[in-house]
Amino acid sequence: MPVDLENAPVEAVTPELERDSEKANARRGMLIASPAAFYLILFFAVPLVIVFVYSFATRSSTGLTLLEGWNLDSYRRLWDPLVGEIAVRSLVLAGTTTIICLVASYPLAYYMATRVGRTRYLLLVLVMIPFWSNFLVRTYAWRVLLGTDGPLSQLSQALGGEPFRILFTNTAVLIGLVYGFLPFMVLPLYAALERMDWSLVEAGRDLYASGWKAFRRITLPISMPGVVAGSILVFIPTLGAYVTPAILGGAKTTLLGDYIVSQFLAARNQPFGSALSFAVLSVMLGATVIYFRTGAKNL
Amino acid sequence: MTAAVELTGVSKHFGDIVAVDDLSLSIGDGEFFSLLGPSGCGKTTTLRMIGGFEYPTAGSLKIHGAEMGLLPPNKRPVNTVFQSYALFPHMSVAENVGFGLLMQKVSGSEIQERVKKSLDMVQLEHRADARPRQLSGGQRQRVALARALVNEPEVLLLDEPLGALDLKLRQSMQIELKELQDRVGITFIYVTHDQQEALTMSDRIGVMSEGRLLQVDGPQGLYESPRSRFVADFIGEINLINATVVDVNTVALGGGTHVEAETGRPSGVPVTIAIRPERFALHPGDGSPPEGRNVVEGTVTRRIYHGDFYFYDVDTAAGSIEVKEENRPSVKRFDAGERVFVSWNAGATTVVED
Repeated sequence: MPVDLENAPVEAVTPELERDSEKANARRGMLIASPAAFYLILFFAVPLVIVFVYSFATRSSTGLTLLEGWNLDSYRRLWDPLVGEIAVRSLVLAGTTTIICLVASYPLAYYMATRVGRTRYLLLVLVMIPFWSNFLVRTYAWRVLLGTDGPLSQLSQALGGEPFRILFTNTAVLIGLVYGFLPFMVLPLYAALERMDWSLVEAGRDLYASGWKAFRRITLPISMPGVVAGSILVFIPTLGAYVTPAILGGAKTTLLGDYIVSQFLAARNQPFGSALSFAVLSVMLGATVIYFRTGAKNL
Repeated sequence: MTAAVELTGVSKHFGDIVAVDDLSLSIGDGEFFSLLGPSGCGKTTTLRMIGGFEYPTAGSLKIHGAEMGLLPPNKRPVNTVFQSYALFPHMSVAENVGFGLLMQKVSGSEIQERVKKSLDMVQLEHRADARPRQLSGGQRQRVALARALVNEPEVLLLDEPLGALDLKLRQSMQIELKELQDRVGITFIYVTHDQQEALTMSDRIGVMSEGRLLQVDGPQGLYESPRSRFVADFIGEINLINATVVDVNTVALGGGTHVEAETGRPSGVPVTIAIRPERFALHPGDGSPPEGRNVVEGTVTRRIYHGDFYFYDVDTAAGSIEVKEENRPSVKRFDAGERVFVSWNAGATTVVED
């Protein structure tokens, strides 16, 4: 029976009373977490279950989803070479984006974390400024910049070069993705390096490590949680990216994101789209689990 | 014989702040040398300059005769025990200790052997595979020591290495550290703000204040004959009493009492004399004054119990004097308000510079 501990009579503590108090504390914790939990269950978990159920449903000849004749056909179709090709292309693109972001962000995050006072906060704000304008608008801006008669192309021609022909290619998508997800790499790296105890690096230098060796053996391993977090934050959204490839990519370079969308819309094959979504989801989940397992072992 | 470490006219400026001001110091081979001073006095900056973590703004720094100039830490024949130990959290104890050897490209089998010997030396061979966070404070301290000493440096730098330990452990580590230094024979340069620690372990101590080296002396010399008011005050408890020079071996205190002191100054000059509280003896004020010239009369204003001794505040014509007397049945105890005579031997008095 719940006890009103605030207004209960003050008496000597017994094991029962102590247990009641702990239960009351746990209930209070749940109550505080419930708005966010409720929101997530309603708008994330429930739709996910619907998608999961749909992935076993049948598609009628007119493209309607029939909740009968449950089968694994949609999952069998995942082994279609076309799906494999799209998946590999997406994985390569997401991997490349992640690596470029990592290589570009680490020195910046390192620089930021080793500044003091106002410089550091100014740099942080600069990294976050792109978030102040709409992602879609910023992606369209790239369309202008990279276009055949865009400023970069004109500059190239003025210098006697060729006009740019990268819009609607994977290169354009890569540029757009790196641009869009760079801050998601910089911030976790910064957070990891900002916590770094620099006397460890001094100890490394004291123990005959060159600057590079001290970085390789001390700074990098210790900042690994930041590298892992940043890579997950970049890799996962880029693997399923839809907006950037849709705006900057071409028709020939279908990626997982637009392939799934096309199953739900143009192809009217909701079961297959659902199965695709779930396949991508489980790959991401698997990657995350592996990452955290190895990352946790390191520290 | 060349000195282990020789600093000549070394200064370090951080912008407008002068952290170390024209410091010259010679530390002998195999010496246990402490740099002592309050925080911000420049002692850690001096140590960091020897280690190569800071470069002097000006001056020469030699280790066994070789100029260090702008050599980075990894090119210097010194190793450091850091204040927070700075053990690598992602490596085992053995990997921590072997790191310096690995970086020097020592062969794997030799690393193994020397790491084992080093951990034996600090009695931690059974924790070789532990991570630093699994160790107690005292054990971490030992690992840091082993990690530095395994490289057989010419000079070991220690930056307040016992600061994070509790009192009992600190005291036993002090003795352990001193014995270790005797055994390995390496020059130790030890930075601390704890005067008791410096007195216990050091062969010589350099006292620093505001970037300057005020006095370099053995523990006894420093305690018994401080040259300046700062050194007298910083090391141990001391009474600083205003006086006026009467002649070459006499000063007059407030109230006109003449006492013995080696003045070395002309008559009439105001000076400060320093006397340790434990050098005083108290006598009942209702009897006759004790023999000798160094006696003042006063009233006990306060008595503080300290376990093994008592502290008395005695109000005299020369000012308030702090007296420390042992808590023994044979030493008479006085209460607040009692009249007393305070006496001391001439050798207990030092004239200090302001």
